[in-house]
Amino acid sequence: MSQARSSPARTAAAHAILIVYTLIALFPVLIVVMNSFKSRKAIFRSPLSPPSAETFDLVGYQTVLAQGNFPLYFQNSVVVTVVALAIVLVFGAMAAFALAEYRFRGNALMGLYLALGIMIPIRLGTVAILEMMVASGLVNTLTALVLVYSAQGLPLAIFILTEFTRQISDDLKNAGRIDGLSEYRIFFRLVLPLLRPPMATVAVFTMIPIWNDLWFPLILAPAEATKTVTLGAQLFLGQFVTNWNAVLAALSLAILPVMILYLIFSRQLIRGITSGAVK
Amino acid sequence: MDALKLEKIRKSFGQVEVLKGIDLQVADGEFVVFVGPSGCGKSTLLRIIAGLEDATAGEVAIAGARVNAVPPAKRGIAMVFQTYALYPHLSVRDNMGLGLKQSGAPAAEIARRIEIASTMLSLEPYLARRPAELSGGQRQRVAIGRAVVREPKLFLFDEPLSNLDAALRVNTRLEIAQLHKRLSATMIYVTHDQVEAMTLADRIVVLNAGRVEQIGAPMELYNNPANEFVAGFIGSPKMNFIDGARLGETARTVGVRPEHLAVDRDKGDWKGTVMHAEHLGADTNLYIDTEKAGLLTARIFGEFRAEPGETIFATPDPARTCRFDAEGRTLR
Repeated sequence: MSQARSSPARTAAAHAILIVYTLIALFPVLIVVMNSFKSRKAIFRSPLSPPSAETFDLVGYQTVLAQGNFPLYFQNSVVVTVVALAIVLVFGAMAAFALAEYRFRGNALMGLYLALGIMIPIRLGTVAILEMMVASGLVNTLTALVLVYSAQGLPLAIFILTEFTRQISDDLKNAGRIDGLSEYRIFFRLVLPLLRPPMATVAVFTMIPIWNDLWFPLILAPAEATKTVTLGAQLFLGQFVTNWNAVLAALSLAILPVMILYLIFSRQLIRGITSGAVK
Repeated sequence: MDALKLEKIRKSFGQVEVLKGIDLQVADGEFVVFVGPSGCGKSTLLRIIAGLEDATAGEVAIAGARVNAVPPAKRGIAMVFQTYALYPHLSVRDNMGLGLKQSGAPAAEIARRIEIASTMLSLEPYLARRPAELSGGQRQRVAIGRAVVREPKLFLFDEPLSNLDAALRVNTRLEIAQLHKRLSATMIYVTHDQVEAMTLADRIVVLNAGRVEQIGAPMELYNNPANEFVAGFIGSPKMNFIDGARLGETARTVGVRPEHLAVDRDKGDWKGTVMHAEHLGADTNLYIDTEKAGLLTARIFGEFRAEPGETIFATPDPARTCRFDAEGRTLR
């Protein structure tokens, strides 16, 4: 920022607000991670203090790795999230391209239909979805989860990407047509690279609800072989006894993969969010 | 044989008809400019010729063959766009070669044509660069090079100079004119800028509201406009239009170009006061409020000292005034 438009007092105030917000946002995460490294007694005696030499205990992680099938749960979560994400991004961008690029009868209606999913929560259809999965024999498969999450993620993806696709210059696509590129190559080679920033935004917004979801894994795929991490962590939550060490350790571990995916997308994400404001 | 023939081209978007029956024949090697105000349909017409847009009715023929159902890449055309439209992920060389590569030309042939085109447009130093590393003028030269490489039957230009600054615009205009001479290719050029139209064209097509107002050589349009619209559109500053009744004429409107008004301090036909003077060096524009003809613009070559409020006389050149009837058509 230029010297003329910034004063130390204002900068300080802005940073103070941002720091307070960061603390509030990170506080629950910090508590979970901190307590996951403490002994059971220490968690209850002083939940807010960081682990010390005396209270440090890895029993939670030991339980998680020993009991249950956590590596498999992780694998299930990653497979479901990554596959659903890929489907949402590729087909969402394709639908957006079609809606933005081609004039056809019912274009606006189709756009509205595809956007309807933003307004109607997919969980309302749980019973019907379960019946459908039972009928098609997909209960207790990861495919069931991938299908449901793709349906859940597509509306917002299409809605956001359509707007961005409209902004891509017509001339570029037409130049491709005159050079004899097929519509698929125009989409994959010319349009998709320009859609990267908004696609990263969509990816992050799509990925986190999928990773954190407990509802559909519980209903559609509760078998041992198809459990996801969030469902697996429920193992340690009992009606009468809860193994808090294990729950906190499982949740701490569950943060890692999303963080990694987020880091992959974050540079593009920031560009996507700021491109409208800064340019 | 005609390089391009358009027959009764119509185009509607939903209820709105943007082209209302366009007929045009372009001879081999001709440079034709479509000119008109924004929204007149000139770009749509160009896109119909390119095959990027389907005509609602009518026929397009390129080099004698009907091409209504032929995709753009197979029409033997090349197009230069206002926004350059270079492929951002490809080098200059690959940008120019992509069309040929798609059509399956051998690599040696592609290299040879890129060589010729880049020499012609002095692009050799930039062949390995990406479009993002070029200036606006260089990008547009690459876009022109991409068209040249295809050796098309028909060059299409869609306002290619509109994104360039004034100095570059003049240079690139010159380059396009030389290119036309060297390749003796047929070119169709769309612009809203009448200077580009006048300087480049063999023939100008003036479009307005989806219709052709007049087709002719630049000086023909200037000297013998077919109607009031063409008279007002060609020439800058704009032609003065005077209500015929005020002058005691039978014509509905009388038109006098600013450069055909003689200005004198002592005597003349129309007496008036100077409202404003624009001194451009090579010429001077005077805005004169006359008693008989209303507010007029006069263009005087060279310097002319005049202060607002001064009394002045303007006299039209009778040989060069235009007369229009109630429908705006020129009376001969």
